Amino acid sequence: MIVHKIHLPHSKNSAESETVTLPLPHRAVISTAQHVGAVCTPTVKVGDRVKIGDVIADSDAVMSAPVHASISGTVSEFTEVLHISGRNMPAIVIESDGLGEISDDIKPPVINSREDFLDAVRRSGSIGLGGAGFPTSMKLGFDPKEKQPDKLIINGAECEPYITSDYRCFIEEGEKVLDGALQIMKYLDIPDCIIGIEDNKPKAIAKMRELCASHPNVTVFPLKSSYPQGAEKTLIYSTTKRVVKEGTLPIACGCIVINSSTCAFISDYLKTGMPLVSRRITVDGNIVKKPANFIAAVGMSIGEIVYYAELCAEPDRIILGGPMMGSCAFELDYPLSKINNAVLLFNNSPVYKPTACIRCGRCVRACSMGLMPTAIETAFDLRDAKKLDALNVNLCVNCGACSFVCPAKRNLAEKNQLAKAFLREQANSIKGA
Amino acid sequence: MEKDKLIIEPSPHIKSGATTQKIMLMVIIALCPALIASVVIFGLRALIMTVLCCTCCVLFEWLSRKIMKRESTISDLSAIVTGMLLSFNLPVTLPFYMAVIGCFVAIVIVKQFFGGIGQNFANPAITARIVLMLSFTSYMTSWAEPFYYNSPGEIITTSTPLAGGEASLMDMFLGNTGGCLGETCALALIIGGVFLIVTKIISPATPLCFIGTVFVLALAGSGDITQATAAILSGGVMLGAFFMATDYATTPLTLPGKIIFGIGCGLITMLIRSFGTMPEGVSYSILLMNILTPIIDRFTVPKAFGEAKKRRARDDK
Repeated sequence: MIVHKIHLPHSKNSAESETVTLPLPHRAVISTAQHVGAVCTPTVKVGDRVKIGDVIADSDAVMSAPVHASISGTVSEFTEVLHISGRNMPAIVIESDGLGEISDDIKPPVINSREDFLDAVRRSGSIGLGGAGFPTSMKLGFDPKEKQPDKLIINGAECEPYITSDYRCFIEEGEKVLDGALQIMKYLDIPDCIIGIEDNKPKAIAKMRELCASHPNVTVFPLKSSYPQGAEKTLIYSTTKRVVKEGTLPIACGCIVINSSTCAFISDYLKTGMPLVSRRITVDGNIVKKPANFIAAVGMSIGEIVYYAELCAEPDRIILGGPMMGSCAFELDYPLSKINNAVLLFNNSPVYKPTACIRCGRCVRACSMGLMPTAIETAFDLRDAKKLDALNVNLCVNCGACSFVCPAKRNLAEKNQLAKAFLREQANSIKGA
Repeated sequence: MEKDKLIIEPSPHIKSGATTQKIMLMVIIALCPALIASVVIFGLRALIMTVLCCTCCVLFEWLSRKIMKRESTISDLSAIVTGMLLSFNLPVTLPFYMAVIGCFVAIVIVKQFFGGIGQNFANPAITARIVLMLSFTSYMTSWAEPFYYNSPGEIITTSTPLAGGEASLMDMFLGNTGGCLGETCALALIIGGVFLIVTKIISPATPLCFIGTVFVLALAGSGDITQATAAILSGGVMLGAFFMATDYATTPLTLPGKIIFGIGCGLITMLIRSFGTMPEGVSYSILLMNILTPIIDRFTVPKAFGEAKKRRARDDK
């Protein structure tokens, strides 16, 4: 089977600058929608005093992770933050008392069993730090009676241009990545682990190889630097030649995929008990003087973070995440979320006008899922649900390769997403009728 | 900072350097060796014919878009490609007004009436050539002798190797033979074709299958390697295989589709050459395969990664 990939400029400008931990902000705006899944409900009231690591929002839903205070201070108000989905999401504002006090509840979790481990992962507030934001407890909380995975895959591909936060994590905290992986393997009985790293990061590969030398069941797998190498299904195929069937999760083919930074965080949490209240974020773009990685508190304003990387002009485009799959921010004063692995700032960024499709077939040759984006676009424009289904549009992972290669600059990836939403609507209306 | 100053767009936020205009420019560059060869072989009138066709095509495109109150698309350079290809398909001695009619058919009727670039189902240049062939058969089949411009006085006409003319393989390879102005020099066309393949503008599948099928069938029919080689060097095979059967809009999207298309073109070409009343069948073969393209596309939907059950676009409705 051929999995098509494309070549992108790497632009890893921040790769060699050491991560700087930023001072705690005076104010944190913490959204209750930090992950994929159920939105959390605040567990604090206006006027409550909170310390770093205190739970401030949680949910009973399985598909969720609690949200913690990232600074110490007083809950001053509840507000709303425009989520990248376009909806307003409730957010909790904490005004700092400047003390940076750590919650009294912070202590390393006591783990004796698989259940203890999963419970600890849930309480850590951990989500996929690679950008998708899938709650980690959900990912690891499989039923071993149903299907026991035999491969833990650590995703360190970082195939998007610019972003280096996972790379810096390998370089600076490679031991933690390995430890996190070993802990997951230990408590969940997974015999093998593969650490997938793109070969444009030779230092990370060398470092991890050195660390893993004494662990024969952990292998470092250098991946060809191509896009979308870090997409879950592509990564599983690249490392194990297993195919994730449509409509199933990776567990169905015996694999669990965890982002490398998430692994490092889990290792940290098991040692310290400090939940996910800060994260590493890459700041780059054509107006950033000092491209760098920072560790910043969740809820800190993006504008405040980028100040430390020094801008030389006003941005006209702010991207949260990578240039291929990230979202445009509506404003610079936007609070850092757990899922933001990068903020990219550009000016004079080109805006392309779509022209007619010339049927060159580049999108078909670029699609890692083997789809026909141009045919999907036509079918969506005609609102032809049957044809969209036949063209397997639901397999689209929104990697953006089709839009990237299109010479007519058509927004094919966007059409795929609209087509998926259209099919969902259709399915719902049939159910409702 | 004002919010409305920020650009809000769906991902991805970076795009490749490829544009329609650049692709067309590459095709124009790839056609230049053949243009130079045609001027060497058939004289200045070949150049005038090409410039005339390009000018008319651009003009017709601009005018028709204007009349239809649509955005002008002449900057994508596709009209120039059509103009060049059309002129390459004409005898050098053709009266200019006939070439203008050809341009009108190609751009206005075949391309713009169907929605402009990418929307036409038939190759504009090929269809225009066929219309001219049927309308002005005697003009379209009187071929000037190569280097006729060196002999003063009247134009000496000759027949093409396909219509019983004599030519050595080397003459055919270099283009020293009668024929349409851009199709005789196989060498120049191969240079252009290889350039397009190397720059990944076209897939090698279609030309290889097209030329390969013609070669194999000619070899099977005659049992003679010289005749088989002559079959691929004569007529419009090289021009058709590299430049017309690879036209994006009118040929299949996927690799299997392109292979079927190429083999089909070769097959129909040889059927017409062997059993038809016409000496040449390249243009008809491409036109017929153009018509089959939507069906080929339907049957060659690629298998998706991890596709749950075998479903194909043809199963719809």
